[in-house]
Amino acid sequence: MASENQELKWIGTSPVRPDGTDKVTGRAKFGADLMLPGMLTGKILRSPHAHAKIKSIDTSKAEALPGVKAVVSAADIAEMPSEWVPAGELQLNYRDLASNIMARGKALYDGHAVAAVAATSAAIADAALDLIAVDYEVLPHVIDVEEAMAPDAPVLHEDMFTEGVTPTPDKPSNIFKEIDIGIGDVETGFAAADLIVERSFKTAPVHQGYIEPHAAVASFAEDGQAELWCSTQGHFTARAYCAKLLGMDVSDLRVTASEIGGGFGGKTTVYVEPVALLLSRKAGRPVRVVMTRDEVFRASGPTSGAANWVKIGVTNDGKIVAGEAVLKYQAGAFPGSPVQPGCMCAFAPYDIENVKVKGYDVVTNRPKVAAYRAPGAPIAEHAVESVLDEVAKKLGMDPIELRQKNAAREGTNAAYGPKFGPIGYAETLAAAKAHPHYSAPLGPNQGRGVASGFWFNVGGDSCATMNVSEDGTLVLATGSPDIGGSRASMAIMAAETLGIDVADVRPIVADTASLGYTFLTGGSRVTFATGMAVIEASKQIAEELRQRAAKIWDISVDAVVWEDGYAKPAGANAGDFEPLSIGDIAAQAGKTGGPISANAALNAQGAGPGFGTHICDVEVDPETGRVTVLRYTAIQDCGKAIHKAYVEGQIQGGAAQGIGWALNEEYIYDEKGRLDNPGFLDYRIPVASDLPMIEAVIVEVANPTHPYGVRGVGEVPIIPPMATVANAIEGAIGVRMTELPMSPPKVLAALDNGR
Amino acid sequence: MAKIHVTTTINGEPTEFLCEPQQTLLDVLRDELRLTGSKEGCGTGDCGACSVTFDGRLICSCLALGAEAEGHEIETIEGMAEGENLHPLQQKFLEHAALQCGVCTPGILIAAKALLEKNPDPSESEVRYWLAGNLCRCTGYDKIIRAVLECAADMRGA
Amino acid sequence: MNALTYASPGSVDEAVKLLAAADGNARLLAGGTDLLVQLRLGMIEPSLIIDVKNISEMTAIKEENGGFRIGASISGAALGEHAGMQRAWPGVVEAVALIGSTQIQGRATMGGNLCNASPAADAVPAMIAADALCTIAGPDGRREARVEEIVTGPGETSLEAFEMVVDFFFPARPARSGDAYLRFIPRTEMDIAVVGAGVSLTLDEAGVCTAARMALGAVAATQLVVEDAAKALIGSTLDGAAMEKLDSAARAACRPIDDKRGTIEHRTKVAGVLARRAAAIAKQRAEG
Ligand SMILES: Cc1cc2nc3c(=O)[nH]c(=O)nc-3n(C[C@H](O)[C@H](O)[C@H](O)COP(=O)(O)OP(=O)(O)OC[C@H]3O[C@@H](n4cnc5c(N)ncnc54)[C@H](O)[C@@H]3O)c2cc1C
Ligand code: FES
Ligand code: FES
Repeated sequence: MASENQELKWIGTSPVRPDGTDKVTGRAKFGADLMLPGMLTGKILRSPHAHAKIKSIDTSKAEALPGVKAVVSAADIAEMPSEWVPAGELQLNYRDLASNIMARGKALYDGHAVAAVAATSAAIADAALDLIAVDYEVLPHVIDVEEAMAPDAPVLHEDMFTEGVTPTPDKPSNIFKEIDIGIGDVETGFAAADLIVERSFKTAPVHQGYIEPHAAVASFAEDGQAELWCSTQGHFTARAYCAKLLGMDVSDLRVTASEIGGGFGGKTTVYVEPVALLLSRKAGRPVRVVMTRDEVFRASGPTSGAANWVKIGVTNDGKIVAGEAVLKYQAGAFPGSPVQPGCMCAFAPYDIENVKVKGYDVVTNRPKVAAYRAPGAPIAEHAVESVLDEVAKKLGMDPIELRQKNAAREGTNAAYGPKFGPIGYAETLAAAKAHPHYSAPLGPNQGRGVASGFWFNVGGDSCATMNVSEDGTLVLATGSPDIGGSRASMAIMAAETLGIDVADVRPIVADTASLGYTFLTGGSRVTFATGMAVIEASKQIAEELRQRAAKIWDISVDAVVWEDGYAKPAGANAGDFEPLSIGDIAAQAGKTGGPISANAALNAQGAGPGFGTHICDVEVDPETGRVTVLRYTAIQDCGKAIHKAYVEGQIQGGAAQGIGWALNEEYIYDEKGRLDNPGFLDYRIPVASDLPMIEAVIVEVANPTHPYGVRGVGEVPIIPPMATVANAIEGAIGVRMTELPMSPPKVLAALDNGR
Repeated sequence: MAKIHVTTTINGEPTEFLCEPQQTLLDVLRDELRLTGSKEGCGTGDCGACSVTFDGRLICSCLALGAEAEGHEIETIEGMAEGENLHPLQQKFLEHAALQCGVCTPGILIAAKALLEKNPDPSESEVRYWLAGNLCRCTGYDKIIRAVLECAADMRGA
Repeated sequence: MNALTYASPGSVDEAVKLLAAADGNARLLAGGTDLLVQLRLGMIEPSLIIDVKNISEMTAIKEENGGFRIGASISGAALGEHAGMQRAWPGVVEAVALIGSTQIQGRATMGGNLCNASPAADAVPAMIAADALCTIAGPDGRREARVEEIVTGPGETSLEAFEMVVDFFFPARPARSGDAYLRFIPRTEMDIAVVGAGVSLTLDEAGVCTAARMALGAVAATQLVVEDAAKALIGSTLDGAAMEKLDSAARAACRPIDDKRGTIEHRTKVAGVLARRAAAIAKQRAEG
């Protein structure tokens, strides 16, 4: 069997993905593409108010409208006790999830679902929504995180008493939790510093911006069993959440993951899925609910906006002696911002003796935040990497050199707890410094920035089932929805492990009834964790093939090896047999013990932390404040790139999202607390003409816990861009931008005031 | 609501359908004709996932009424491959990994095909501006642009 | 539920009759890139949609007395392919070409851009700078108006009940004339103008500006014709001093608002910048 030391045949190549043809011909079925006989259209009524008491909901007129088959509201969901469960890289509370699916008592943001209908046509469903009378008592609202923390702010939840402080406050507030992490003593550290730089930053909430809106088709049978088809990053987790909300036995709900049109963390929770199920249960017919783009922006989770402060002390020779930060993240209407990972990541790339980070998880009248690529990290690291740049400039030191002097290495104690194993931060810095981009000349009004990023990456539960078909080809089933080509990576790892042609492996994403529990696609875990399950299943198959060959040859199993896709006699003593291919063995499977099949179920531990370093050149128009990204290079330690092109794609896509976050993306609210830009026209994600080519440079420092050395890839690349671009702008105009997005009005104002 | 009877040509096939006056061409393609390759990412002309050609011109099918198709020729992603043969752009997108989730892909392919029919030798910047109405959130566009440029070069050579 | 109907008349007369018969509940559908968005978002609830793309005189481009008559329902893409217009009025053509994406260009029309009456409409400042005329048809027959007179406020026009725009007329140009349109948006495409500036001018043989018109978009409730900007240019060679004057005139004319697309401060400054830059391009074009 191949191991990382051996020459690799498939790993690191870029074969065409097995699901590719369906995706270039329009045949692939995404969330909204399923149609069932008798299917109804479900639509959701949403609050137009940022904060309002729901005094009553009268659905009688809607119910009476011909063609309306079901109407539901919070009354149709049983009240849940507060209970936190892991959800991707964040935590989820069932009570809050239920109230987010359908507002209970109060509407907490513009777009909060209040009721839903299922009707025989979209037009009838729309008309029915108009007929639902909701009596609101509008309450004062709060959008900004720091305003929400003020003592006189309107309080969203009367039963929220800040956790993490002693004694627990006796007054409710919008601060759900305070978090403290650190090592050493920052006072001592700062006392030893020759230079201290501190700054405050603001970041805007940004949406994952997947192009496919949330969509679900539910079909309930009379016996209480149901099927659900939905666009999700985790159909097993979706099953768990929906079963809980509907009071079903988990095994009574069979969830199929449709092809998914992007998620980036935003499809790790549920929105329309339970609504479709509720409507279907009530109507006794299949129901499809698809969000409009307006609903996606108003009612699905962006990531937090935040107000941060960072202070860093260094000695004259560039050694960081202390780092301190205060991070205030807004969570949206329910607690659970990614401030915890933000606190943990803030200084993680650096070997610093004294670190202190304080975090606040704050609710505001906005949609509940959802995970977004490396949740929490980009927000915190933007501040730290910006301050580091300033430190480097004040010291007159090259910014990469400053980072190299302080970079975490194998054995460094991270401020958030563990001691790092083998990591590749230093390698990305060295690659950045050596890259021709770093020394290329710059023109007038141009600047260059660098910044780095760190993310833990995760492992977790995964299953893989492998069945050898009669002709020796293989069907490989996993439970990980494939968002960016992961089926190809699974096929590569199986082919490599078995020594067979990658084209002989047909990877599929199996539904929840066909495979064991598999945690969602997120946390950059699929190639690592599900990959481990695939490798494990492949090894089982190889082992089984040896046994079958031994039977065919009538020799001991120990005398058979599996090598390069063939069963071979272990040596001259074993006998003289023609090697048997997987096809040869499969053809005789019936005679040698029946079908050849393997199943691996595991909880993958030891995900390898990921680091990246980005370089960006910008040009600033000094008269308008417009920033043009001229050149972008993203370097990342991937452990081992399984499918090279899709690894590059993850890096390029993450960098592009980060550039959008840096320059133009933001949620804009009007004075009534209504979202003013719930569409792609005014929520400005990068378009093709906004970007240059993005050069992805892969560095490989193997993760020892994975057979091929894989680290997660998908999340790190969104972390560095905000500071990279800010540092480049500073290089171009000599002014430090501290607020995201760095949109033209802000850059022009900074130019006018800063010089 | 009286339905409108429309006679049109879709991917070269004479096609008839009934639609409601407010139904968009995209609604008709997806819900009435079950051609779900055209996607709805926004419904308001901002994302290009619904791109089709209308008498050879690239448009957003979410911004045309089904009724407008009367007497015109519509091409959708379902008509791009010829029998078993993928269009060179489709092939190139596969080879270049120019798609991740793939939801933007049908629209981008239709748009890129319209570009190459009009301009067989576009510059990188021309490709980027032509495709500016096709949002892709996964790829950062890099591999898409490369695939289109390389395909154009191949097709010129062929 | 609204009982919407769809009609596709073959002549302007028929279209006007349908408009009148619907008594204010009808909407004209040109490219639909504004109308269908508004319909979807529930901003309008018409009972009749009148498609004006099957009216031949509204989809034709004709040369007339050295000028060009352009049907109000011509798509941006079709206009962009017209060599004569490109040569004579590159500023107008580029303004129309800026509207939306390639897909939007396949549908969007100048008629729709004008009659939708958005202060940020891109074609309008360029058409005003060009001093374009339009033919308006109504129950009482046809009349001609200057494009400058049409938009009266956001979403409001000076068109009378049951009137519609049939075509635009761009007159013949004197020698050494040029026009240009620039807009500012945060991205490179797919944004609505934060500021737009159209300039059209004529030079004499010595390079002195003898005639000029300048219009701004997105800095007030309607497009603005900036007389002082034109004055700053006329009589000058568009030297530094004239450009400075143009810049201040443009800024002084602005009455912008703060909104999701821009701030008062930024819009005002950029209006001056774009006025200068557009004038420089127009000059270059006039010089040939
Ligand atoms: C994604 C996107 C991007 C856009 N980007 C831009 C941009 O960059 N710049 C810009 O300026 N606009 C932009 N727009 C808005 C729109 O595309 C333009 O205003 C376009 O010119 C409208 O033309 P239309 O033919 O599509 O108008 P329609 O939608 O057909 O009509 C618009 C209005 O004018 C009326 N009307 C149409 N024709 C006539 C007529 N002949 N007589 C009287 N009334 C008439 C209609 O009844 C309707 O009220 C964008 C729109 C979208 C969806
Ligand atoms: S769905 Fe038509 S452009 Fe987005
Ligand atoms: S590949 Fe996902 S949006 Fe383009």
